[in-house]
Amino acid sequence: MTSQTPQSAPAPARPLRVLAAMSGGVDSAVAAARAAEAGHDVTGVHLALSANPQSFRTGARGCCTIEDSRDARRAADVIGIPFYVWDLAERFREDVVDDFVAEYEAGRTPNPCLRCNEKIKFAALLDKALALGFDAVATGHYAKVIEHPDGTRELHRASDMAKDQSYVLGVLDDRQLAHALFPLGDTVTTKDEIRAEAERRGLAVAKKPDSHDICFIADGDTQGFLADRLGRAEGDIVDESGDKVGTHEGAYGFTIGQRKGLRIGTPASDGKPRYVLDISPVNNTVTVGPVGSLDVTALTAIKPRWCGTAPSGPGTYTAQLRAHGGETTVTAELVDGTLEVSFEEPVRGVAPGQAIVLYDGTRVVGSATIATTTRAKTAAAQ
Amino acid sequence: MAYLDHAATTPMLPEAVEVMTAQLAVTGNASSLHAAGRRARRTVEESRETLAESLGARPSEVVLTSGGTEADNLAVKGLYWSRRDADPARTRVLASPVEHHAVLDAVHWLGEHEGATVEYLPVDTYGRVHPDALREAISRNPDDVALATVMWANNEIGTIQPVRELADVAAEFGVPLHADAVQAYGQLPVDFAASGLAAMTVSGHKIGGPYGIGALLLGREYTPVPVLHGGGQERHVRSGTLDVPAVAAFAVAGRLAAEHQEWFAREIGGLRDDLVEAVRAAVPEAILGGDPAPGGRLPANAHFTFPGCEGDSLLLLLDAQGIECSTGSACTAGVAQPSHVLLATGTDPDLARGTLRFSLGHTSTPADVEAVARAIAPAVERARTAGLT
Repeated sequence: MTSQTPQSAPAPARPLRVLAAMSGGVDSAVAAARAAEAGHDVTGVHLALSANPQSFRTGARGCCTIEDSRDARRAADVIGIPFYVWDLAERFREDVVDDFVAEYEAGRTPNPCLRCNEKIKFAALLDKALALGFDAVATGHYAKVIEHPDGTRELHRASDMAKDQSYVLGVLDDRQLAHALFPLGDTVTTKDEIRAEAERRGLAVAKKPDSHDICFIADGDTQGFLADRLGRAEGDIVDESGDKVGTHEGAYGFTIGQRKGLRIGTPASDGKPRYVLDISPVNNTVTVGPVGSLDVTALTAIKPRWCGTAPSGPGTYTAQLRAHGGETTVTAELVDGTLEVSFEEPVRGVAPGQAIVLYDGTRVVGSATIATTTRAKTAAAQ
Repeated sequence: MAYLDHAATTPMLPEAVEVMTAQLAVTGNASSLHAAGRRARRTVEESRETLAESLGARPSEVVLTSGGTEADNLAVKGLYWSRRDADPARTRVLASPVEHHAVLDAVHWLGEHEGATVEYLPVDTYGRVHPDALREAISRNPDDVALATVMWANNEIGTIQPVRELADVAAEFGVPLHADAVQAYGQLPVDFAASGLAAMTVSGHKIGGPYGIGALLLGREYTPVPVLHGGGQERHVRSGTLDVPAVAAFAVAGRLAAEHQEWFAREIGGLRDDLVEAVRAAVPEAILGGDPAPGGRLPANAHFTFPGCEGDSLLLLLDAQGIECSTGSACTAGVAQPSHVLLATGTDPDLARGTLRFSLGHTSTPADVEAVARAIAPAVERARTAGLT
């Protein structure tokens, strides 16, 4: 065993009443176990997010089946904590699923995990937890909250950058962070070592496959999911000069930067692959072009949320533009409530609807939803 | 710890544990012909006689099963099939809408897969079926009724059904009536012969016996089609090697349940009255479910609705203080659903989410009641703040 997991963590300065959100996966189970071991008074809760849950997981997707609920309960029993299932299916449908569909319909690319953290785990769940007398909600996210002596808090990237999930938590405000516990944030271990820790703790979820993709689209077919809800609407695929090069069955089914699945019969004049450059839901048109046209030099983003006070004046930050994306250097400034961002080097494939999260080193400064982008060659705005 | 969920399961009686433990060391298949088999068979048959006596039945009317759920399924499906086999016109099944899921889902299944026409009998606000309602339903066409099933007493709200009167009505038309008496056994006088029932379900672990054992009391003129086929044990209606230790322990618990029934109704009923009073004093807006008349409900049952609260929240808050009770309703994927019993009594669905069932038992003490009296008002206040998500 190579991992150095603390076997007996020091007792917390103040034992908290903690509600641990347990998906039935290995991360949230280990997180709950660590919180309990640290001396907190932990209660596990599994969120039922689907009105019609499937009985079993059929693959690596999803986390809302009855089997997952049972796995979470089994883990809670081993840890020795009370366990409940809370039905947040209605809130989840309204705040996450409906929003997801509406965003695609509007030609944007939403991030439902981020939305779920903002509206469900650290809103609906947290509010209920606080009302019932809990102090904090713990999750299996990889991120760190650092509390200063003056009571202010900072959200930081996880110690292990490879597993860092601060991007999907960047939407949390001070109040939400004040009640968030991420027991895995300090872990610098591989996933195998987290599994080994789960095994050591007697948690049967140790060998369970990771969940990927979007939990409420069990078969992973986002296009089919959207088509079922939005219907098929045939439209044109055009090139940058406006010439029709193909047809599609619904502009909402595309993401900026997408290359596969365009099914364009005629090759480009230069013979190079074509990418989705723009989605226009108003006239149901998808614009395609060469990879170079994807380069973005600036963007604007709306609905900014700040971890701490909003910065005044322009600043230089590193930015992350998608869940598993790298960092890029930007200059950002808040102008009349809109975040204006320019990139030091052009970046490729920036999709409106996604979040931009600004960092100062490992510290999350804030986040906002990308609204418009400025292309290096042609300006494409939405 | 205040364990107030005896309707879910009640601690095994020491006498039953003792008998069961001793029997676990004894070898013998009650169907075998050799000495070990004869010894096991004797234990089984003596146990059957004891159970029969405790239930006002003949030994041959006791069909041992793996528990209440199996007995309910055997009664409902088995009688449906045998009655329909005898006359294909008999496809109507009459059931109260407040049945336990073991009956309700079996009835529903007959409707989905076996061509049954399921008719739910009307109930009043206490969940009670009136004999006239059964008469009306049967007399519409007495020839097409396969069976009727109405539980002796409700597991959630405690309402006692007029079993004798219902059985009389059914008998007038030659319709077999089944009653799930799982909750009634040990709490009420339960006499199979006097009840006039065709079939009646009882369970071991609700009366201080072991899990995994129960019985269908079955009039000798009935031969339901088996649900389990095999070696032909138990009058050929329930095959399977008998669990001798469980049967022996069940019999001990059954004998004691009958012996102690009056004491139970008086003493535990008194504690229950104290609990109801304490909850009403602490939370005046709490609504007592079921029949408020002491003679109309199970002596150990107290069921409340707390407006504006989620039952799950109350459960969590009380659990954290060592008070173990239930919302009383079934779960789907662990998610609490409004109880079908409350909905059948005409309760508003939102209101039906805020229920708690306290069920007392042979180990309950005044300290349990005091614990509830202390904890309930703050818990309700807190749960109300958390609201209905």
